[in-house]
Amino acid sequence: MDISFKNVTYTYQPNTPFEHRAIHDLSFTIKSGSFVAIVGHTGSGKSTLIQHLNGLLRPTEGQVKIGDYTLSADKKVKDIKELRSKVGVVFQYPEHQLFEETIAKDIAFGPENFGVGEEEVKKRVHETIHAVQLSEQLLDRSPFDLSGGQMRRVAIAGVLAMEPQVLVLDEPTAGLDPRGQQDIMNMFYQLHHQKGLTTILVTHSMEDALKYADHVIIMDHGTKYMEGKPTEVFQRKRELEKVQLDVPEIVQFLFGVEKQLGISIAYRGQTIAELATELVEELRSRNL
Amino acid sequence: MTNSFIEFRNVSFRYGKDQPWVLKNVSFTIDSNEWVAVIGHNGSGKSTIAKLINGLLFPQEGEIIVDGLTVNEHTIWDVRKSVGMVFQNPDNQFVGTTVRDDVAFGLENRGVPREDMLKRIDVSLGQVGMSDYLLHEPHRLSGGQKQRVAIAGVLAISPKVIILDEATAMLDPKGRLEIMQTVSHLRQAEQLALITITHDLNEITRASRVIVMNKGEVWLESNPRDVFSRKEDLLQIGLDTPFVATFADELSRQGIKLGKQPLNHEELMDELWTYHSKM
Repeated sequence: MDISFKNVTYTYQPNTPFEHRAIHDLSFTIKSGSFVAIVGHTGSGKSTLIQHLNGLLRPTEGQVKIGDYTLSADKKVKDIKELRSKVGVVFQYPEHQLFEETIAKDIAFGPENFGVGEEEVKKRVHETIHAVQLSEQLLDRSPFDLSGGQMRRVAIAGVLAMEPQVLVLDEPTAGLDPRGQQDIMNMFYQLHHQKGLTTILVTHSMEDALKYADHVIIMDHGTKYMEGKPTEVFQRKRELEKVQLDVPEIVQFLFGVEKQLGISIAYRGQTIAELATELVEELRSRNL
Repeated sequence: MTNSFIEFRNVSFRYGKDQPWVLKNVSFTIDSNEWVAVIGHNGSGKSTIAKLINGLLFPQEGEIIVDGLTVNEHTIWDVRKSVGMVFQNPDNQFVGTTVRDDVAFGLENRGVPREDMLKRIDVSLGQVGMSDYLLHEPHRLSGGQKQRVAIAGVLAISPKVIILDEATAMLDPKGRLEIMQTVSHLRQAEQLALITITHDLNEITRASRVIVMNKGEVWLESNPRDVFSRKEDLLQIGLDTPFVATFADELSRQGIKLGKQPLNHEELMDELWTYHSKM
């Protein structure tokens, strides 16, 4: 689904002493099927932004469009439930929201709630447990017997079981060990392609944004600061530093190579191995 | 006599009789002014180690000695005077409505006189760079600021060791940097042992020693340089090496031998420069 924000402002507790404008004059568009990373510091407005995507919040000013649904101050979405079944949100530490006796019941909770028929729910439970790369044999066990990483997968399966077209991921790797982080991001990347999803990843990790996203939006003080292709945006060191963000380590390293060794290698999304090869070739060719 | 401050002697722990062992025959020592990073996959027993050190849990087998005391029901109150813990979620550790009240909490619990208390609050907030926030509400601070207040609360009771149990996991990069700078500064200013339990690979490079846990056992005890020279093995147990070590690894695979395993960008650049000028 295409998503667009047009001059969106959101103010918490307006006209009270606690009034707080979390986002203002925010505009961007996300094309259906793209993988977009949203990066910015705590307090930059990311969480407020994503709560608009499934109608948990409605803009104070401006307009949000998600597919055919429009959210604005004066218009309530008629089928908010339908919107929520199409936009799946994986919140931070989603495993804290598990509550059912068995994994199967926990995964089924969402679709049942949205009125999906029994047979169809059963089918989806089996499909999604595979999608999150867990064994079907776990379905009758309690989710609380699992490791943290596995519990997170169950919670994600519950979101996938609603068969959303848009998947919103809020810091999905927080607290996982390095392999767990990589496994879960690879899983999302696969799902994104297999199911033709529109994926929105909120992350602090410039590395993940660079690796998985085809578009990045940098937020600062409640509004858009920059956007573009990750390989291009992440070269703009000085501008990023202004909003206290670092360029990814790989880019940082290339700046160092240029400054100290006088070797300039453009970053086009190479892997570490490819970069090492380029650097070695450069070093060798200079000494011929 | 060594000056070991914490000692684990053949410690095994499980949550119940029919439960699997979380720690299996774990032994190590930590000196009184060391910075030790404890790393390992999720469920490897890292956090259990922290909870055993200050007596939140007790082992079924083996013995834990902290500052000369064997940790048990009778000694925990003395042990906890010397062990300060900061946990992952900053929002779960606040009790006061102002930063000052929050730091006061631990002191009140220990019956510290008011005059002394006010002084200690000032000093410890100064140590973490939060003096300007004395009357602020803790929940309105940024993640990094919250964790610095949590560290101040721990410092106020003058511990001999501070344990950070994934204390930076929920922070943004700026918050992480704040905590690492605060902690490095404290290490230099105070005589403190520091134990950081973490998944952040770049955090580990700052420690003087690393204990790598795998499936409840000590898999390796070494310095960061040595640990990160074992990329293949680390991958096997669910871990990884930071960018700098990964790049150095790749260079050596392509026939460029660096003088030593670099730990940070400066060292990697120095090694490349040396290599470059020798060619």
